[in-house]
Amino acid sequence: MNHSAIGVGRTRVPLGTVFALMLVLLYFPIALLFVFSFNQNTVLSFPLRELTLDWYAEVFSDDALLAAARNSLVVGAASATVATALGFAVSVVFVRLRSALRIPLLALAVLPLIVPFIVLGVSLFLLFSFLDVPRSLATVAAGHSILGLPFATLILFARMSAVDPQLEDAAMDLGASYATTLRRIVLPLMGPSLLSAWLTCFIVSFDEVAVALFLAGGDPTFPVFLYGQLRFAQRLPVLIAMAVMLMIGTVTLTLAAFVLARRRP
Amino acid sequence: MLGRRAFLRVLALPPYLWLAALLVAPIVLVVLISLRPEPGPVDFGDPWNPSLIQYWRILETPAYLRQLGISALMALIVALAATVLAYPLAYFLAFRAGDRASLYLVLLLVPFAVSFLLRVMAWRLMLGQEGALNTLLQSVGLTDEPLDLLLYSREAVVLTLIYVWVPFAALPIYAAMGRIDRRQLEAAADLGAGPWTRFVGVTLPLSLPGAVAALFMVFIPTVGEYVTPRLVGGSETYMYGQLIQDFFGRAASWATGGAAAVIMLVLTAVLILAGTLAVRTRVAT
Repeated sequence: MNHSAIGVGRTRVPLGTVFALMLVLLYFPIALLFVFSFNQNTVLSFPLRELTLDWYAEVFSDDALLAAARNSLVVGAASATVATALGFAVSVVFVRLRSALRIPLLALAVLPLIVPFIVLGVSLFLLFSFLDVPRSLATVAAGHSILGLPFATLILFARMSAVDPQLEDAAMDLGASYATTLRRIVLPLMGPSLLSAWLTCFIVSFDEVAVALFLAGGDPTFPVFLYGQLRFAQRLPVLIAMAVMLMIGTVTLTLAAFVLARRRP
Repeated sequence: MLGRRAFLRVLALPPYLWLAALLVAPIVLVVLISLRPEPGPVDFGDPWNPSLIQYWRILETPAYLRQLGISALMALIVALAATVLAYPLAYFLAFRAGDRASLYLVLLLVPFAVSFLLRVMAWRLMLGQEGALNTLLQSVGLTDEPLDLLLYSREAVVLTLIYVWVPFAALPIYAAMGRIDRRQLEAAADLGAGPWTRFVGVTLPLSLPGAVAALFMVFIPTVGEYVTPRLVGGSETYMYGQLIQDFFGRAASWATGGAAAVIMLVLTAVLILAGTLAVRTRVAT
């Protein structure tokens, strides 16, 4: 009896069909958005009459829209960099430091996962008001660094646990300081997972609206801008055109993060 | 030169400080402000006379409690539905997809990579009298009259959120199923267990922690939702998250809003604790 013999006594539930059907249901609304972005009319009605690329052209003459997209890139990159650096520190400390210090650190680093976004948004909003810090892209990035930290920590912690401590011992026996050991030995070993953590944090930030709405000043990120504009029906096609372009970017990044996270070193 | 231990202690400092400043301090601040006697606007220079009056204001207003209850119920329905729908998907990936599992997983995750707001907007295009579903049905000739397809209702919010969370809910379940030792299933088969008995006796209990994780991963972001109900909901779908947001926006009642936020935080913490304990006892027995 070989190992696939488990498959012999399967239930007759057609799971493949269920899966395929679910994929269709998941993709249909997105496909609809895609179609809508090529539709001349600002109301979607079938059959489609005139198709156009005008909405895509219009994106590039809409300065506010472009500025918002650029803001999101900046906030995403800044918060992902901070979250990944901190997540790396948390992982190294938790895996290597034999001290009671390490447990509350890991707990705190993943705590944002279980705090509803609105509570995080409200509390950061109050903090910045209390400190008299004007709301800006920097406050959004600070908030997003906290949202990304659990993801960075979990990804990097898994990889760090697999790094052989004897490699570090060897480097240090040969006279390297621990800082050098981390930089020359541990960082390269963590390579793809660092990138995966960074991309995950970037995507979390890039798409985030609930916390950002509380922390953004006059200069909105793309989701905040989108949220503000969605009530104007005639703006919808342009917004969707922009979003479709960004979507192609984030989907690519997500796939990259996913592939990198699964790659065996 | 710092030794390894000393260096690791120093390395622990930046994340500790960052988390203290941007996670612990803000939450402490919300609690402090929620204990102020005047509803707001809060002047931080005022002396601080702690009082529970804001909590009573929330707990004694039936409308607020109703919103909290409805939001929790909606989040529970969304979390249960998303988990139940995600379960067969995860099962397929873990036990049936074979070598192609990665590919199918990617296909499942692509919709999740699409902007949250956009996926919500997609449902505004789908539902409603003028929505795609109605126009599609009419142009194909299946119906003459536009059906009342639930836009701007509580059902629309629930449906949209289930749609948004299904792929995400599959992840922890799939991870839990991946950890199941296949030899346990073979042992059950050798002992004469049929497919259903194996599923109920082995796979289901061992994948339960993943399902509970999925429940929470959907429940927590959903219970505090204020964006989706504003986009696809109507006037009677007001959720507790919107209440909190309005206390900080229009009403400028930061102290009351703070109390409302703390109540939500405590509620989620209690539910998570209860859920974790429930899984522990089940696995232990």
